[in-house]
Amino acid sequence: MSLPNKKGYFGKFGGRFVPETLMPLLYELSDFYAKVKRDRSFWQEWKSLLQEYAGRPTPLYYAKNLSEYLGGHIKVYLKREDLLHTGAHKLNNTLGQVLLAKRMGKTRVIAETGAGQHGVATATACALLGLECVVYMGTKDVERQALNVFRMNLLGAKVIPVESGTQTLKDAINEALRDWVTNVKNTFYVIGSVVGPHPYPMMVRDFQSIIGQETKAQLLKREGRLPDYVIACVGGGSNAMGIFYPFAKYREVRLIGVEAAGHGLETDKHSATLTRGEPGVLHGMLTYLLQDKVGQIKGAHSIAPGLDYPGVGPEHSYFKETGRAFYTAVDDRSALSAFQVLSEVEGIIPALESAHAIAYLIEQAKDFPKGSIIVVNLSGRGDKDVPSVKAYLEEKPELKVKVRTNA
Amino acid sequence: MLKGKNKVKKAILAQKSKGEVPLIPYITAFDPDKETTKRILLEMAEVEPCCVELGFPFSDPVADGPTIQKAMVRALKNAPTLDEYFELVSEVRSQGFQIPILLMTYYNILYRYGLRKVVEEALSSGVDGFIIPDLPLEEIAPFKKELKGSSLALVLLCAPTTPEDRIKRISKATSGFLYYVSLTGITGARDRLPEDIRQRLILVKKLSSQPVAVGFGISKPEHVQLLSPYADALVVGSALVRLIEEDAKSSPRAIKNFLRTLKGSQ
Repeated sequence: MSLPNKKGYFGKFGGRFVPETLMPLLYELSDFYAKVKRDRSFWQEWKSLLQEYAGRPTPLYYAKNLSEYLGGHIKVYLKREDLLHTGAHKLNNTLGQVLLAKRMGKTRVIAETGAGQHGVATATACALLGLECVVYMGTKDVERQALNVFRMNLLGAKVIPVESGTQTLKDAINEALRDWVTNVKNTFYVIGSVVGPHPYPMMVRDFQSIIGQETKAQLLKREGRLPDYVIACVGGGSNAMGIFYPFAKYREVRLIGVEAAGHGLETDKHSATLTRGEPGVLHGMLTYLLQDKVGQIKGAHSIAPGLDYPGVGPEHSYFKETGRAFYTAVDDRSALSAFQVLSEVEGIIPALESAHAIAYLIEQAKDFPKGSIIVVNLSGRGDKDVPSVKAYLEEKPELKVKVRTNA
Repeated sequence: MLKGKNKVKKAILAQKSKGEVPLIPYITAFDPDKETTKRILLEMAEVEPCCVELGFPFSDPVADGPTIQKAMVRALKNAPTLDEYFELVSEVRSQGFQIPILLMTYYNILYRYGLRKVVEEALSSGVDGFIIPDLPLEEIAPFKKELKGSSLALVLLCAPTTPEDRIKRISKATSGFLYYVSLTGITGARDRLPEDIRQRLILVKKLSSQPVAVGFGISKPEHVQLLSPYADALVVGSALVRLIEEDAKSSPRAIKNFLRTLKGSQ
């Protein structure tokens, strides 16, 4: 059951809905990637960078305190992608794609970024491997994430603010696509999630699958068995697909994707694409989207900037349709609460994105059968979110969570 | 009366045989409102373009440059539905507008509306074909299936990056004409067109069994002079849309005059 098929489809989702100018490039990329897939030297180079430069393998940590806090009837493991260089799983993919760009003889790399994590990871890979890097970022995000803009500049990348549309991630992708159409010859577009036209969803999945492969080996060593549940947050869906994919063939492992319900699913301020969206075509792919009746794309909202995207990877749409994974959503408040709980119980400040996965775990804890082994992908660390969480809690002190009564 | 793809193709060939260079003007419907769009279309008819590309706005137009993006933002302020677009078309038809109309929009709009219903409504309102910039050859099958047997044209694009065998395949699959994108990039008026545009057009014409229209960047009489010996029709978009941006009220006349100037410069 090797998916996608040759045309880039996962069931009815995926494809290549791009202007003709890009089609020959997508063929070139698909062919090149097919060759590279069989080339051991490429994967050796990538793996050695991941080990020596980025800090892989990341630990699979048995969160004893959290397990006890949740009732002691389950065992929670955290896959510590937050400990990867640059603070999130994003670098697995950017090192892979920038290496690919280099082997293809491209001299210029472009990327889109929302919160700035993928931009920083792309700038990092380009600094390491010596390629020119241009990052598109919506002007709203440039303001909200000024520190990440400075980070990218430090790493030698040029950040171009995008004025069009909602001035957020989806518009940054539009602008990166426009750049790519214009500079086809020398430019490689490093897409940051399992989205976009074929072969991107497959490529990014392959690079991120290292998360799930490691998790499987680490858990087998430690527990001698596979997990019962794997939980991950879903925006575009790359950390989720990365940890899901190696488990997908084991039907007994339940896969749970947690989207951002923002202000609530009944409002129009959320990012719950799979939970509340409908199929459509955006950014080169047929997938679930947040859209209105006419087919105009809606703005997405989440307290976690990395989940703030009105689309989702086509393979997730496929997993939803086939029932292989279950998708649900938790709101801003729950995520904010989980952010505080994990900080205090385990001494780990999670990214607000990853806090959504933790929030689902906390909310559902009672209902997991006794003895369940649950792996949560802790996709990023929360240092980047500390200022905004501080501001939220100062504005709404009632959202403060105290875990220990004696504290 | 001739209909559908014959209508588009015939209109190009008929003008061409009179020694004229057929023009295909583009504007976005509802930019800035429905009445302006209707006035522009009716004024335009006096210059006798071979067909008209009438856009329906999309929130994320990746193939379009800043000028058309802004036009789509203006149009979207009216929150138009595709039904209202078809209504607009049938209204100008009933006012005597006979020039073939090509609906330009992004695939999601049609997908969302339902491909079968798109075909039905297009036929009954008087739309003659489609241009969908994010629907390449690989993805046309579902829409082609619905179009089969109808007289509607599905105009496909090819680009400077398209290899020769692919140009051939696209020209076999297109209907109405083959739309050659003059440059690697997005829509928008340009000062200069690519150096090798003439050689490219000669090649595309040789490979194509359909008439070849060229678009993207065409904004000046010099461009028309340069390209008219090599193309079967010329698409002019952003240069017209800019006139609407400058002053919507006077734009119907300004557009007509501009098209007249272009036509006179061959």
